[in-house]
Order: sequence, then C-alpha cells, then structure tokens
Amino acid sequence: MRLGRVVGQVVATRKDDALEGRTLLLIQPLDKQGRDRGRTLVGVDAVGAGAGETIYWCRGREASLAWHPHHAVPTECAIVGIVDSVTID
Amino acid sequence: MLIGKVIGEVVATRKHASHEGQKILYVQVLNLDGSEKGSPCLAVDAVDAGVGDDVLVAQEGWSAMTSVGKPFSPIDMAVVGVIDQVHLSE
Amino acid sequence: MLLGRVVGTVVATRKDPRLEGKKLLVVRTVDPVGKDQAGYVVAVDTVSAGFKEKVLLVSGSSARMAGGCRDCPVDTAIVGIVDSVEVSP
Repeated sequence: MRLGRVVGQVVATRKDDALEGRTLLLIQPLDKQGRDRGRTLVGVDAVGAGAGETIYWCRGREASLAWHPHHAVPTECAIVGIVDSVTID
Repeated sequence: MLIGKVIGEVVATRKHASHEGQKILYVQVLNLDGSEKGSPCLAVDAVDAGVGDDVLVAQEGWSAMTSVGKPFSPIDMAVVGVIDQVHLSE
Repeated sequence: MLLGRVVGTVVATRKDPRLEGKKLLVVRTVDPVGKDQAGYVVAVDTVSAGFKEKVLLVSGSSARMAGGCRDCPVDTAIVGIVDSVEVSP
C-alpha cells in the first residue's frame, strides 16, 4: 500500500457495470515528507474518502478484493484507508 | 521479498474492514547498500515488528494477506520477518 | 522469470511460521550476459543454490508453485541453477 492525497474526482458515465455507483478519485502519491511525488492516478474508493484527505491505497490485483465476495471490481487501485496520522521516528 | 526498514506507523480509523486491528507499518524499502529504494510504502505487520527494525517485506498479495490471516483482502504488502542479519559476499 | 546471481543470505529468527526452515538468499538480478542490473530480491532457495551461482528466479504468485513453497508466503523463489545462457546475435 502507499500514501496519497485525494486531489480530485473522475466522472465517467459509460463504464464497466461493476464500477457503477462507485466513486473514482484522483490520487496524488506522497513522499516521506508529505510532499507530492510522482504521477497522479485514479483509484476506486472503498472507504468514503473525500477531497484533500490523506489516504492509503492498495495496488495490483489485490485492489479488486476490496469488494470481495460481493463484487469483482476491475481496478488495480483501491482506496482502502483514510489516514489519521503517520508517526515517523 | 525485499529488505526494508520500519520508519513509522500509520493510524487510520476509517479503513477497510479487513484492516481492522492490523498494525500498519510505514516501511522504507532499501537497496543492498542500505540506500533508500523509492518512496516508502505501507505494509501490514505479521511479526510484531517495530520502528527501527530491518524487515523482510513480501510484495505478493496472497502471501501478504494470509500472513495476517486475511485471505481475499485488499492487502498488497506485508512484513513477514524481522531480519537479524544480512550476509553479503560481494 | 529472471536471471540472478546469489550474493548473500538473510537470517531472520522472527518470521512467518510458514517460512521456518527455508533458506533465504539475496540475489542480484543480472542480464543475459551476466551483468548486474539495478535490482535485487530476497528469494527462497528450492534447489540448494550457493554463493555466486547464477540462478533462475520465479516471482509473483507463481513462486508458490516451486518445490516446498506451496501455501507459503513466498513471492520470489530460486527454481534453477543456470549452466549457460546462449544469446542469439
């Protein structure tokens, strides 16, 4: 999983049935200092995240398991946690 | 698997049900010379590792999920060992 | 699958019980002519590979199909010791 920040939302009317009713959020990955690092990506929200929130996402095939066993959602990026704090030594 | 260092811990109240009760570690993956390899990542903890520990990081879903007893979960990384020593011959 | 060169070992006492008794080797990935590439992996040895030997690596969920790795949390396994690699011109 990786840390990121929600920087936007993507709206798509015509999409895979399993994506119907799901929120597609734009994620900006963050580095250790909390700065933007790398390219933004689109993730499917599994926890009700909102704009500006720090989140973590799961990538790869495992991301689609966020809705297991009810739905098989075709995504390789699922937002699975909203971060309260990160303690760094 | 890769070698990493636990640099912190992540607290998240609202998270996927399968992550409830899991310790989520902030892990910096390392190169063999000890330098940092990319940005840090988040991994569930299967071996009660703590900040400062050198650890073994599994990067494959099934391995990661089952190491914390949560098959079929959105978990892509886990700390599956605490490293005592790395011997390098080169 | 990837080619690699065994460069070290990892000792970990506290680990997932399913890794108990498995030999963990540090392997530098190499190109077909044997030149080091940037990456490395910690792999479970299933063929009694030794220091400096050139090996064949399997990664991802397929690593669990290697001997003795069934149902183990293994993402990279050494499944062969390479005798030679012939590169077509």
